[in-house]
Amino acid sequence: MAEIIEQEKGKKGGKRRPKKQSTRIDMTPMVDLMCLLITFFMLTTAFSKPKVMVITMPEKTTEKEPEVKIAAWRTLNILLTGDDLVYYYTGEANPKKPPLPTLIKSDFSKDGIRKVLLEKNKDLFRQITEYRDKRVSGKLLVADTTAESAIKKMKKEDMKGPIVLIKADDKAKYRDVVNIIDEMAICNIASYAVVDIFPIELEMLKTAPK
Amino acid sequence: MPKLKPPVRTPHIDMTPMVDLFSVLLIFLLLTASFRPSEATVITSPNSVSEKQAPDKDIMTIIINKDGNIFFNIDNGKDSAKHTRVDVLTQMGKQYNITFTPKELNYFGHLASFGMPMVDFRKWLNTTDSKEKERLQTGIPTDSVNNQPSQLFFWVRFSRLANPNAEVAIKGDGGANYKKVKLVMDLLQENKVNKFNLVTNLEKQEVTLKDLPK
Repeated sequence: MAEIIEQEKGKKGGKRRPKKQSTRIDMTPMVDLMCLLITFFMLTTAFSKPKVMVITMPEKTTEKEPEVKIAAWRTLNILLTGDDLVYYYTGEANPKKPPLPTLIKSDFSKDGIRKVLLEKNKDLFRQITEYRDKRVSGKLLVADTTAESAIKKMKKEDMKGPIVLIKADDKAKYRDVVNIIDEMAICNIASYAVVDIFPIELEMLKTAPK
Repeated sequence: MPKLKPPVRTPHIDMTPMVDLFSVLLIFLLLTASFRPSEATVITSPNSVSEKQAPDKDIMTIIINKDGNIFFNIDNGKDSAKHTRVDVLTQMGKQYNITFTPKELNYFGHLASFGMPMVDFRKWLNTTDSKEKERLQTGIPTDSVNNQPSQLFFWVRFSRLANPNAEVAIKGDGGANYKKVKLVMDLLQENKVNKFNLVTNLEKQEVTLKDLPK
């Protein structure tokens, strides 16, 4: 491939010298090839690897498990119904125990559902954020795994934060569900679950303010 | 006396630094390259703050596109001696009475995501026309026929049997109906998968103590 170029010399009389061959190699073809290869790789590489969000669903069993009682004031029900609309209410909607709670309309913006969640999760959020800030500023030197388990422990011990139930109807888009789960991660909500929507809630959605 | 000629010089540029640089770039790209597999469908993933990376190997992906069509992908796993994809397809063939030739099985082993009813499977494997290939990808049926679980169910089941370590990722389009995603999740839970990786794009969101309502 490499071609050795002799440097031309004007013929001159005089002593014959042994021909001096230059050791220069023409690199143009090599450069061409490399350019091609680089272009090819640039175009075919996927630089940003996809990220994933992990959710764990409760196992489905056929056996009837004793229902877990959760304090009504802690439950926050979030209903998703597409069109970027979010409705929420606290407590429980039981047709046998009127009055039904009223749905409050919200959205995915910064002042929307996030504000509600932060308000309810104030203490835990402050605790976790302060812990993280301490690590960032270097006041606290712990390994990543230690920090993770410490945060997990804080979440476990939290007794005041909301228990969020996420319910989506048939009109909801996948994006809405991902957004709301994401919102849980942003607000450091300790306990949340994606559950099926109740018929009574579907009724409530029908009459909800648009 | 002859005139003095200036020596003829070929214009030479020293390309060594350029070659050096290119070599470095090339080596870097070669080492970091992971080829983008040709996807069966176009997906716009929703955004999230999660920074967890999707695993490279041992992953089973269920892709749901905007129209709710479902595609499937499983890799061959960490152990290169195993041929997970071939095993899965052989099992699927047995289930639906389709015999695949060794050549077809081998070919399938190198492909990426796919999504078509089992009826069209051999047609899809054998056609060389890329347009025809695209047309055949109509999604994996999720409805159960004659009290038999759906085809997607068997894909998941056989993949779980062939590679029990595989994690499950759901790669849904943001605009897909949640109903369809729910259906897939239920089906996965029937196969004893309770942990899902939802594929998302990273979008940072900053919330600080100042944002806390007073």
